[in-house]
Amino acid sequence: MAPVAPKSGDAIFASVDRVNAELFTLTYGAIVRQLLTDLEEVDEVNKQLDQMGYNIGIRLVDEFLAKSNVSRCVDFRETAEVIAKVGFKMFLGVTASVTNWDSEGTTCSIILEDNPLVDFVELPDNCQGLYYCNILSGIIRGALEMVSMKTEVTWLRDMLRGDDVFEMQVKLLKAVPEEYP
Amino acid sequence: MIGVGKIKQYSNVLDRPISKGKQEVSLSAFAFLFSELVQYNQTQVDNIGELERRLEDAGYAVGARVLELLCHREKGNRRETRLLGILSFIHSTVWKVLFGKVADSLEKGTEHEDEYMISEKELLVNRFISIPKDMGAFNCGAFVAGIVRGVLYNAGFPAVVTAHFVPVDGQQRPRTTILIKFAEEVLQREARLG
Repeated sequence: MAPVAPKSGDAIFASVDRVNAELFTLTYGAIVRQLLTDLEEVDEVNKQLDQMGYNIGIRLVDEFLAKSNVSRCVDFRETAEVIAKVGFKMFLGVTASVTNWDSEGTTCSIILEDNPLVDFVELPDNCQGLYYCNILSGIIRGALEMVSMKTEVTWLRDMLRGDDVFEMQVKLLKAVPEEYP
Repeated sequence: MIGVGKIKQYSNVLDRPISKGKQEVSLSAFAFLFSELVQYNQTQVDNIGELERRLEDAGYAVGARVLELLCHREKGNRRETRLLGILSFIHSTVWKVLFGKVADSLEKGTEHEDEYMISEKELLVNRFISIPKDMGAFNCGAFVAGIVRGVLYNAGFPAVVTAHFVPVDGQQRPRTTILIKFAEEVLQREARLG
């Protein structure tokens, strides 16, 4: 079979089934509210959101690879670019950008200006420690772990806390080679 | 270099302009999120009734907000006061905005005066879900039932809303019916309004 060229994020987004972003936003809000009621501690909620994101990420990466036909990424730089340009576009319909590479090329920042998860959302005073979008960091961590990269994802800037964009720092801890039984 | 226009930062979230509602995300993103919601709730409960109740509560929160948003955006802040009005609002406007199409059918129950049914061949939320045999009649449509209950309750029509599978001849997967049973006061008010 002839190799299929990788499709751009826009093309894939146009070809998948889509739903109204507001349903998505409101459902995510309901999830966070349920977690806050059950767990009560903001740190616990952050951890649970990250765990849920991890569970999503390990399955999401399969769909991503199947639909986007990207070839194997040569290095972490390319990986980050692909996540920002193709991955975010394909699932959330927004494009992210990658900046702030460090000298070794193992740490970068993914910047999101437009985030469908946080429409209509305001953090109340008693939840100021909450990383509302922590599910995204779990998703990236889970997805990269399935392609043999152990990473750590932290939030640098958060629009709900008054910053102007969402900034996630993705740090490659190590590339784990695949082990065959 | 011409500066890229930055989105104006509003100090109060209530001052921000409301979006037109045209933005979309992929269906799989929503499906993944919904599956996590169900999986998380499964760890928190012991039985199916509790699980349905929790999904319904999540849906209730969505419904309350959808009503506010749509009343403001689509209907120019007019609110429905009649039973048929609110039912057709849910059946067409709410369904169209949330799921991209109007609901398949809206019927009045034959046995009881206070029952109405909205049917859908395949609920969007159930599309990628299969129910294991040991969970019997559990239906993730409880989330959608919660949305409907949220809209009705906040519009002033308290009701009990549940989701049921109804097997259909000739179709492999059963149809889902949202059963709405209005409270007594709603029917009395409706009768008074004539």
